[in-house]
Amino acid sequence: MTYYDWLGVLSVVMLVMFIGIGWWAYNPKNKTRFDDAANSILDQDPVDRPNGDKH
Amino acid sequence: MSHAVAHPAYDYRTIRHFAIMAVVWGIVGMAVGVLIAAQLVWPELLASEWTHFGRLRPLHTNAVIFAFGGCALFATSYYVVQRTCHTTLAFPNLARFTFWGWNLVIVLAAITLPLGMTTTHEYAELEWPIDILIAVVWISYAIVFFGTIAKRNTSHIYVANWFFGAFILVIAVLHIVNSVQYPVSFTKSYYVWSGAMDAMIQWWYAHNAVGFFLTAGFLGMMYYFVPKQAGRPVYSYRLSIVHFWALIATYMWAGAHHLHYSALPDWAQSVGMVMSIVLLAPSWGGMINGVMTLSGAWHKLRTDPILRFLVVSLSFYGMSTFEGPMMSIKTVNALSHNTDWTIGHVHSGALGWVAMVAIGSLYHLIPKVLGIAQMHSTRLINLHFWLATIGTVLYIAAMWVNGIMQGLMWRAVNPDGTLTYSFVDSLEASYPGYVVRVIGGGFFLLGMVIMLYNVYMTVNDAKDQDAIRDTSEPEPAAA
Repeated sequence: MTYYDWLGVLSVVMLVMFIGIGWWAYNPKNKTRFDDAANSILDQDPVDRPNGDKH
Repeated sequence: MSHAVAHPAYDYRTIRHFAIMAVVWGIVGMAVGVLIAAQLVWPELLASEWTHFGRLRPLHTNAVIFAFGGCALFATSYYVVQRTCHTTLAFPNLARFTFWGWNLVIVLAAITLPLGMTTTHEYAELEWPIDILIAVVWISYAIVFFGTIAKRNTSHIYVANWFFGAFILVIAVLHIVNSVQYPVSFTKSYYVWSGAMDAMIQWWYAHNAVGFFLTAGFLGMMYYFVPKQAGRPVYSYRLSIVHFWALIATYMWAGAHHLHYSALPDWAQSVGMVMSIVLLAPSWGGMINGVMTLSGAWHKLRTDPILRFLVVSLSFYGMSTFEGPMMSIKTVNALSHNTDWTIGHVHSGALGWVAMVAIGSLYHLIPKVLGIAQMHSTRLINLHFWLATIGTVLYIAAMWVNGIMQGLMWRAVNPDGTLTYSFVDSLEASYPGYVVRVIGGGFFLLGMVIMLYNVYMTVNDAKDQDAIRDTSEPEPAAA
């Protein structure tokens, strides 16, 4: 295998990884988890919570 | 009354200083921009050896990108990483060092560039001793940022931190590779690269400075400050994941579009063009994600000029990331290259997107790090918003008209094959556009001066209320 063959292999690996990331992100099993992550900056920041200060 | 839950006391001191210096350097950098725009209208203006257009133009670009943009990125990334990781900054003294080190770099740039000390690489003009200082400061920044992520008290790393993290890592790589120079004296060096290789490395650097310094870093701001200011979670967190990976995988390849029809191999130019067109997808994915975050909260735009800054910045982001891929098409580039269209494109990104999202984020952040509820004057924020928007529109419209006109005039030929217009004909025709640009830039600069006044008054408010703390630890609760 030459250097250029390995570049081709790398391109395929990158493409498969990218499709994998898309599949992982949109897998219904992970929906709650990502919704939680999106809400985390609004409802889990200790400073913003009622017991912390409001700043 | 219930006792406050134990929570980390966020470290705000360095953030305050970076935030205020972002506004100060913004005024300096934009003032130099207005000055050099005025020099193109009145060529005799300050035409000394140290202050002519050629010496001041790199000072303008360095000041607005690295001083204004850089300080805003340091301030917001240090703020966001603490608040999303529920922990304090790792190595607070090293964070202090990044503040003083970065500002020293800026002062050195302001001294050496007018003196004519330059490596000649665009956006990387600073000479080798300053390059070494930048590398030391940047690696310290990486240690503070990633150290803070490493000691986080959350299981998930919020998406804004990925963008900030990618920006910090990539800028370290770009800066170090594009600064490999042979010093011949303390103030002069030559690149080890030469010819087409030098050009390709330079534009790989410069385009990714756009892609990671001016895009990924500011998208980090977007993913935190837009949801916070709107009071709603980001439209699609899942889209943000795909957005992130698509953006960083594609940007790396786009730099060659700066070298169309040059000595760069033709296939490399085509790769740059194709990857630039592909970039439209992640760019618009991110833009839509930011704008749609407001769905159900659009009414807030009527009363909240900070949110307006953030949303309008996304509109300009969408516009310039559509324009960019279009300009990277070789046949379009044949018209636009070397004309004012490029300057217009850059400023629709730089004023409309980068500056506006940074300004909106700073208006959100500054009262919080001062320990008070809001900025001194919302009306002045509103005034700033309109000055910035009108200034940007005037600027970019003038440059579009100039650019397309120049491109058409330069390529026009008579039936006998001679050129229809001389270069000076196109310069004379550009004159009205240059006047409009000075006016537009002046509007934008005036907005920044109003911002500085508002920030100064907000600091005074905080002092009056004795609210400024090095940390966000709440006051001992009164019963």
